[in-house]
Amino acid sequence: MDIKGIDKIIEKHGGVAGLLIQVLLEIQGENHWLPKEALERVSERLRVPMSRIQHIATFYKAFSLVPKGRHEVHVCTGTSCHVRGASRILDAVKDHTGIEPGETDVDSKFSVETVNCLGCCALGPLLVVNGKTHGRLSPAEASEVMKKYG
Amino acid sequence: MGIVTLTIDNREVKAEEGMTVLEAARGAGIEIPTLCWHEKLKPYTVCRICVVDVDARGWTSLDTACSRPVKEGLVVRTRSAKIDRIRKTILELLLAHAPDSPKLREYASEYGADRDRFEKDPSFCIDCGLCVRYCAEVKKKNAVGFVDRGIRREICFVPEVALRECNGCKECFPLCPTSYLQAAFVLVQALTAPAQPEKP
Amino acid sequence: MARLNSPEDLEKLRQEVLSRNDPKRPCISICAGTGCIACGAAGVVSAFEEDLRRQGLGDKADVKRTGCHGFCEQGPAVVVHPDGVFYARVKPEDVPEIVSRTIKEKKVVERLLYVDPATGQRVVHESEIQFFEKQKRLVLGSNSRIDPGSIEDYLAVGGYSALVKVLRTMSPEKVISDIKESGLRGRSGSGFPAGRKWEACRNAEGETKYVICNCHEGDPGAFVDRMMMEANPHLVLEGMIIGAYSMAAHDGYIFVGGEFPLTVENVGIAIRQAEEHGLLGQNILGSGFDFTVRLSIDGGSYVCGESTALMASMDGRVGEPIRKYDHATERGLRARPTVLNNLQTWANVPLIINQGVERYRSIGTSGSKGTKVFSLTGAVVNTGMVEVPMGATLKEIVFDIGGGVRGGGKFKALQVGGPLGGFVPENQLNLKVDFDELGKAGLSMGPSLVVMDENACIVDTVKYFVTFLSDESCGKCTPCREVFRQILKVLNRISGGRGREGDIELLKELSDVQRDATLCALGQGAPSPIDSALAHFRDEFEAHIGEKRCPAGVCRGLSAAGPR
Ligand SMILES: Cc1cc2nc3c(=O)[nH]c(=O)nc-3n(C[C@H](O)[C@H](O)[C@H](O)COP(=O)(O)O)c2cc1C
Ligand code: SF4
Ligand code: FES
Repeated sequence: MDIKGIDKIIEKHGGVAGLLIQVLLEIQGENHWLPKEALERVSERLRVPMSRIQHIATFYKAFSLVPKGRHEVHVCTGTSCHVRGASRILDAVKDHTGIEPGETDVDSKFSVETVNCLGCCALGPLLVVNGKTHGRLSPAEASEVMKKYG
Repeated sequence: MGIVTLTIDNREVKAEEGMTVLEAARGAGIEIPTLCWHEKLKPYTVCRICVVDVDARGWTSLDTACSRPVKEGLVVRTRSAKIDRIRKTILELLLAHAPDSPKLREYASEYGADRDRFEKDPSFCIDCGLCVRYCAEVKKKNAVGFVDRGIRREICFVPEVALRECNGCKECFPLCPTSYLQAAFVLVQALTAPAQPEKP
Repeated sequence: MARLNSPEDLEKLRQEVLSRNDPKRPCISICAGTGCIACGAAGVVSAFEEDLRRQGLGDKADVKRTGCHGFCEQGPAVVVHPDGVFYARVKPEDVPEIVSRTIKEKKVVERLLYVDPATGQRVVHESEIQFFEKQKRLVLGSNSRIDPGSIEDYLAVGGYSALVKVLRTMSPEKVISDIKESGLRGRSGSGFPAGRKWEACRNAEGETKYVICNCHEGDPGAFVDRMMMEANPHLVLEGMIIGAYSMAAHDGYIFVGGEFPLTVENVGIAIRQAEEHGLLGQNILGSGFDFTVRLSIDGGSYVCGESTALMASMDGRVGEPIRKYDHATERGLRARPTVLNNLQTWANVPLIINQGVERYRSIGTSGSKGTKVFSLTGAVVNTGMVEVPMGATLKEIVFDIGGGVRGGGKFKALQVGGPLGGFVPENQLNLKVDFDELGKAGLSMGPSLVVMDENACIVDTVKYFVTFLSDESCGKCTPCREVFRQILKVLNRISGGRGREGDIELLKELSDVQRDATLCALGQGAPSPIDSALAHFRDEFEAHIGEKRCPAGVCRGLSAAGPR
């Protein structure tokens, strides 16, 4: 994402420092991660110190400071999925990708995140790959799903 | 500004409106421990070691002395079994991170805190935020800030700003109740300065 | 769309909409809420559209894409109006049959009907299904008749009539006194009387005042607030407009968790439509009252649901709670008088105004009025979104509405109130949905109820909540952060078979400090799950520590039978 794109988002929000988080969310939404240059531009334009932006970018779960992998994997670890065995699903995903939640593998193939609730508890335990929901899974089925993505 | 009268540890204490219970107590020579408080900074209320019992018109609660505004008729108790237990536990929890901090050790002996109660986890920083807030509020440089959240929260320098500002300032160093800040700063220098051949 | 310049204009539009709606015309309403979309609802919607066209029935029946009806277990759910025939777990392949049998021939497709697991009988109508029959759906009732993207659908079910009534006949003071008298209490679980907050804000000094709808819902395993918003956003907007009118506030915000993109999208559309119709913005319905609503999206952090953290977050700062000595109703967002209410609290407002105080008060218990919506999940037969009158027992919810434990397992506990709540064992399921009664039991009326069967381990679940909170708290105050760190170590050791004598006491001691000494309600509430787990399931902790055994067989490294 280039500086122009970032400026456009900032202007859309009126250059108001109070809308900092909304601005960052939008950059994250379009670019899928927050490059350092983007943060610096936002800091400069909104006149918000980098220290604060650094904190916000690491505080909220929606933000990523590294590029995401080609396949974004979300494992629901909400209470309902948890009592239905989500941690074993997460294990299967970790085994397959070799990474922990919040990480992206070295080949940028997978990014793995846990989420608190996806609103489809009836399908739990479940995982979502690139927006597609795979529900009512056993750990073995979860491994099968992951294999489809390489 | 008006003058109000409150009771601290059974003593009548006069204080100016707008003062905190901590300031009123110290003015009267009553000591309350603090870790995250500094006279030049806004109350931050995070170390929680200054908790006291406050009775406002029959409504009792624990509150942080460093933030609680004085009011006419407040009744404050700075020590009780419960308060001492809280302070002792907080000290023990923090000593796991900074076992050699002089300030923590001094309070520890007062409150009977066991330095070895919890497994050592020497991050040295106790997240009091003195350096962060001093740099932001007094120096207005924002060279250092917090990152992350929950149990992963820690301080972090902004390399570009630190490189420019810190060498000539270092005013936050003596504020640190541990010695972590020094270490962190050196680390940033090491990370951002052009690579130098290692000395044998 | 032309702006509506008076309440009369709005009523005229409503009549127009109603006269256009032929009550006999078939309408296929498909649940396309976040949950059902995940089950493939979008494919079902397009299958219906295509098939109607293919069979030449495109102008004979409507297809309505609605928000969550509530019966997620059977999703995607399809209801064919006007008869209200209910089809469960519909797949795109099933669609041609429904169209040719039900739409063309007015017959039901037996094989797609819901089967009552208790009786084995097929049930034709939604209203006869036990899951729905036992609820009292005052707030959720219209969901299956509303396309959230259509303000006209909301008007057709009587939407915005409360606003009309207020603007025509009620002074701001009267609105506040009605809300006070209605007994409406904060649905976040706080139970704080809404009318008292509103009154304080109305009386506070200052030109600029804010109203905020808390639709953050960061609880793990809770989805009702966002699902209600997604399904019927105008209901919430109407409540907010009425509230703002009573407090003379002109700026409103909806603070919403970002994890449900559909919720964000639907609210955005609803706000735009309300603006176009003159229901938001300047001079609302010609009354001279101005009010705008903006969206504020959360970046994802549980603690941001807390009021001071929420307001910091909305103002572009890190979502850390702060110690304040004045109420938000005096100094809230940007230091202006502010009223923050939960989404469900706002959603009750139009109801109260329409029904009148007396009727509203007739539902519920002496101290808690109206209904409450929960997400019912976990090891339960009927996962979904349920609405019950205050005073219903937890047992009725789990067994009558929820259909009991999934797979015929044995009930262990009901988790109430999320990470700051607790566990209810079977012998306490007679507890009523009532702020005071749950409060006394150390629970809070949060948005979620999670059923746990014997396959769930209490130690593991406590560890799960502590892990969650240790990650989703702000980490700013010492006793919160450091107690979490130590308690996690203790719980990890217990669940890993390395528990020691004295660990239970250590947990209690640390929790006490956390409860007493932390800054905000997160740290203060965090010991609740531990307390209630130890009160009701201490033996499970003892089995883990003393016998190195996990009775549920969940904790790795420990077997259900114990070491050989
Ligand atoms: C850690 C924490 C998280 C909270 N999360 C929410 C939330 O997601 N939604 C909500 O409405 N209230 C939440 N609350 C309560 C709010 O702070 C506030 O009390 C509530 O929105 C007031 O609404 P009510 O009076 O209508 O219940 C939370 C409180 C705490 C301490
Ligand atoms: S109690 Fe926990 S969440 Fe609340 S302010 Fe303190 S550290 Fe943050
Ligand atoms: S000195 Fe009061 S909380 Fe730290």
